[in-house]
Amino acid sequence: MQYSDVVMDHFKKPRNVGKIDNPDGTGEVGNPICGDMMTITLRVKDDRIDDIKFNTFGCGAAIAVSSMVTEMAKGKTLEEALAITKESVAKSLGGLPKNKLHCSNLGADALHKAIMDYYEHKEGKVRETKEGEKVEHIGEREGKCYCPYCDAGLPDPTPICTHCGKPTLQHSDFPILKGAKE
Amino acid sequence: MKVIYLDHISGNPLHPQVREAIIDYIKKDGFGNPVSQHSIGDAAMEILEDARAKVAQLINADPQEIVFTSCGTEANNHAIKGVAFAKAKKGKHIITSNIEHQSVARPLRMLSQMGYNVTSVSVDKYGLVNPADVEEAIREDTILISIMHANNEIGTIEPIAEIGKIAKAKKVPFHTDSVVSCGNVPIDVNEMGVDLVSIAANQFYGPAGIGALYIREKTRILPLIDGGIQESNRRAGTPNMIGIVGMGKAAELARVEMPQRTEHLLKLKKAVMDRLATIDKIVINGHPEKSLPGLVSFSVEYIEGESMMMMLDEEGVSISTRSACASGSLRTSHVLIATGLDHATAQGTLVFSYGIDITLEDIDKAFVSLRKSVDFLRNMSPLYKKG
Repeated sequence: MQYSDVVMDHFKKPRNVGKIDNPDGTGEVGNPICGDMMTITLRVKDDRIDDIKFNTFGCGAAIAVSSMVTEMAKGKTLEEALAITKESVAKSLGGLPKNKLHCSNLGADALHKAIMDYYEHKEGKVRETKEGEKVEHIGEREGKCYCPYCDAGLPDPTPICTHCGKPTLQHSDFPILKGAKE
Repeated sequence: MKVIYLDHISGNPLHPQVREAIIDYIKKDGFGNPVSQHSIGDAAMEILEDARAKVAQLINADPQEIVFTSCGTEANNHAIKGVAFAKAKKGKHIITSNIEHQSVARPLRMLSQMGYNVTSVSVDKYGLVNPADVEEAIREDTILISIMHANNEIGTIEPIAEIGKIAKAKKVPFHTDSVVSCGNVPIDVNEMGVDLVSIAANQFYGPAGIGALYIREKTRILPLIDGGIQESNRRAGTPNMIGIVGMGKAAELARVEMPQRTEHLLKLKKAVMDRLATIDKIVINGHPEKSLPGLVSFSVEYIEGESMMMMLDEEGVSISTRSACASGSLRTSHVLIATGLDHATAQGTLVFSYGIDITLEDIDKAFVSLRKSVDFLRNMSPLYKKG
């Protein structure tokens, strides 16, 4: 198996599976055509993540990432949770196979999106950081697919990577004579 | 924990009698080179020719039309490149289907980069090629038709005999990749009208690392591997005698036992289909009747195949998935897309392939594990809504 022991542990015993009713924040990323899809729901108390749950459609890595990111975020302040990155999730999991680093590593994106969703509902579109800086919170990477070959972010699910030109989904090597028939 | 192996399409366990035959050979002879013209060489030659005759008998061919190769992939490469190179002066057009195995698709891609033209005919929702499409695609310069006998991912068996008639009428050499079907369903090279047939021993309880290519007499073909005079100048290299002994025995057993094996496999297939019918939102892939007895491909909606495969593996059930996430390239299976399955559903595709060593009890146990993982993963899936 290509996965680390930590990945296997989180895959076999995923933490925080489910959906919080009437959550304070929801973050949904990915789509099943891209490969993986994840929804994170949050409960916030005193600026801290009091409870967090996930639902994921995806491979073993995607499930382990979801489980790990919820564990990392639980109990943290929102500022601390926003500092969690794809890289720190992958590192905590003892690494991920190269071709899964982006495609299945949606956890941090979903978490950030859920926190932004919380801010939008509680504070309006703009929030103030500790340093007093005003930040617009719009998730930058939401819903993106990533090319498995060059890691470039793709704006929409596309059969050919717009960056390196390699097929991202599936392709035929030859001209197809006729369309599939019923 | 006893592992229930439901991935026979990736390789079958050795038949006990095949194992015996190989051990016997190693103990008694084991080293003679059939090309040598002394008594040790002659003894090896006799064993080689005996195995060749058994493989020939399995597909109703003449022993001289059988060339041993290192595997099914080599046989496919040999058939395609060998004919393409031999007939390059006559033409450069080749016809194939869009559900072929990589060992056919990749050599054809290489040839297309070298200036050959390849036409790929599409399949219907069951994965069936329409022979009329093949006929329509034939041109003046068509030098080869290569359509697989049975598909390795969905099990659909193609109308080879009908295509064979067309190929014969148009005088175009016809190759079929029968790697997953040979030894499991009857093959008669004359009834099917084929000129080249690829075979692999590990698909019928023989060892891995040995295969064969049937080449009809008078077919123009160049060797893939050049060197000595082995295999009547068609495949150079000292023969893999241990593999060949195993393949010969496996072919003999496959021919003799095929009716009982098929009966057993169909019984298991019915059990698998009956149990699948009790799970919500399952799509069965491949043709309901024209398919391999030992394989069922199905897609479980709302969940992904690699995670199912991993969960079943934890439970001691070995299966295979066609999810893009489990393939190195992260690409969705070209076969499933060719049948019109959407990308999301294709992600949840599993292949159960079983053999003569699998019992109804094994199938039952596997389904307990399958249900468990489907429930667990659907419960986790944001796409699945209960009720």
